[in-house]
Amino acid sequence: MQLEQNSRTEELLFYVLAAAGGLVTVVGLAAALFMEHSGHVVTGMNNQVVWGMPHVFAIFLIVAASGVLNVASIGSVFGKVMYKARAPLSGLLALVMLAAGLMVIMLDLGRADRLVVAMTHFNPSSVFGWNVILYPGFFAIVGLYLWTLMDRKMNPYYKPAGLAAFIWRLLLTTGTGSIFGFLVARQAYQSAVIAPMFIIMSFAWGLAVFMIVQKSMFAWNGMTVHPAIRQRMKNLLGTFVAAVFYFVLVYHLTNIYFAKQTAFEQFILLSGGIFPTLFWGGYVFLGTIVPLLLLYVPDLNKIRGSVFLAALLVIVGAFSLLYVFIIGGQVYPLDIFPGMQVSSSFFDGKIDSYSPSLPEILLGLGGFGLAFTATAVGVRVLKFMPQDDIAKLENCGHMLD
Amino acid sequence: MNEPQDKSRRGFIGTAAVGTAGLGIAALAPGLHLIQVSQADTPTQGASSTVRWGMLIDTTKCASGCDACVKACNTENGIVETVKDARQGAQWIRKIELKDPKNGREHSLPMMCQHCANPPCVDVCPTGASMKRADGIVLVDRHICIGCRYCMMACPYKARSFVHQPLTEQNPEVPRGLGCVESCTFCVQRVDKGLKPACAEACPEGAMTFGDLNDPNSEIAQRLAREASTQVRADLKLNTGVRYQGI
Repeated sequence: MQLEQNSRTEELLFYVLAAAGGLVTVVGLAAALFMEHSGHVVTGMNNQVVWGMPHVFAIFLIVAASGVLNVASIGSVFGKVMYKARAPLSGLLALVMLAAGLMVIMLDLGRADRLVVAMTHFNPSSVFGWNVILYPGFFAIVGLYLWTLMDRKMNPYYKPAGLAAFIWRLLLTTGTGSIFGFLVARQAYQSAVIAPMFIIMSFAWGLAVFMIVQKSMFAWNGMTVHPAIRQRMKNLLGTFVAAVFYFVLVYHLTNIYFAKQTAFEQFILLSGGIFPTLFWGGYVFLGTIVPLLLLYVPDLNKIRGSVFLAALLVIVGAFSLLYVFIIGGQVYPLDIFPGMQVSSSFFDGKIDSYSPSLPEILLGLGGFGLAFTATAVGVRVLKFMPQDDIAKLENCGHMLD
Repeated sequence: MNEPQDKSRRGFIGTAAVGTAGLGIAALAPGLHLIQVSQADTPTQGASSTVRWGMLIDTTKCASGCDACVKACNTENGIVETVKDARQGAQWIRKIELKDPKNGREHSLPMMCQHCANPPCVDVCPTGASMKRADGIVLVDRHICIGCRYCMMACPYKARSFVHQPLTEQNPEVPRGLGCVESCTFCVQRVDKGLKPACAEACPEGAMTFGDLNDPNSEIAQRLAREASTQVRADLKLNTGVRYQGI
């Protein structure tokens, strides 16, 4: 009787949560409709800061989508049994996050109604054009991969499908990074290090998302992640967080020493108001140092929820870093006449300001709403819960290597 | 034995079917075509790749505070809307004031799309809406621009504007529209009629020389051959169609 009662409460709670996620999505869609109807005049974006808050959300979702698939790749491509049990959930998260990211970026278009034009007119020299192929390809390959994982008849093919998905996800993040890396106009971008930096960022952010979802799913079912698995995953997260920091460091050093963008770097790292604050406070301190301490200092690591908190902070750091990278990179004026003082009616030579408007933020959150709802429904109707056979793992030594 | 009969029957049915269909179509609506080839304007001669339109701007003649070129551009292209936030307004051409901090020397010059031979906006456009005509004029196809603004990220001259709000009172020859990116077209609607761009015509000092860079007899080509000129951000090797003197 009590069990039945609990089950009904749990079911009700699920519907409430799914409905809440759906509501956030609907509000996001309504915000997009409002922007579409009124024009981007209702946003904080302008002719200098042409990409705003929707792009911060969308790029986070797209980068993390490819990164979250890494959990599956470690299982299928690199043969780690513990991760293989997590492959279906990893694939599901990759699909829903990419769909959510694309929803946000597509609905921010000036002419979102021309989606068919975007799919039928292809410019091979455009990095965006490549992405028009990379995104649907990702859906197809990861869909196929999930099929091989979840259907026993298809199971013999999971390795090649996993390898294809791994290669495709690397291409996809290279494409996302290259959107910025191949831009010659603005000081913040045009760097070969950006594509690999995006790949390593995807590793960290995707794993952080995965760990948050995994912890929530286990808690929902009254279970805890096995300490040995927790240990392995937290060490991996720490490695990725440190690697991202290394790439961010190299990116800024390249700008300072090689590309001589010292004025821009001074702005973004020291004098630029919100941007240095977000960089040092949001990304370096909250998003890097604190998670590393939580993950590696034994006393802190023993505290319940420390790994979960570290993963959450990695995402806070991700948003801070993306805001600095995308918005900060645009507010700084273009160097059209190097060495000259410039002024004009179009704000040449002036540092711009950007305040995201409510519809932009709601659209971004709508993407999260979609990802959340789709994940919640997905894990409810299909078997995505990681099934760990601890005894088997210990027997075959996979817990130790 | 029955074969010839069958053949003739099949032949009859075939002929009858074709005939009936033909009569049906003819009777359906005389004068109305089920499929009609769309008729736009009479086809004109397309842009020629033997021509490369360009402009030479003599900044020594360009007066600080004079914006005759900007006004002429706005009138010609129907850029008449008012926006609350000036940063969201379209500016196809703008005046830039330059000052060399080392010696205090000042310049004033108009800045617009530089009509690059290797335009980054065309490279990055996902749909091909940003395109370069055979005669070197860089344009945006209003019909396939999806408003992604990637070209604005890529342009080193900040020459492009995004239409942030609904527009009215447009010039029928210069279609503009909400949610699309636009920039200087060299007044292509005038150039195709053999006229100069509005800015060049309006400049009171005659500081803007427009012409065919490929024609050795044109004034612009002769002056470029004779006098020193500069491409803005020449380091990017974009081979701009707009050249400057005096900076």
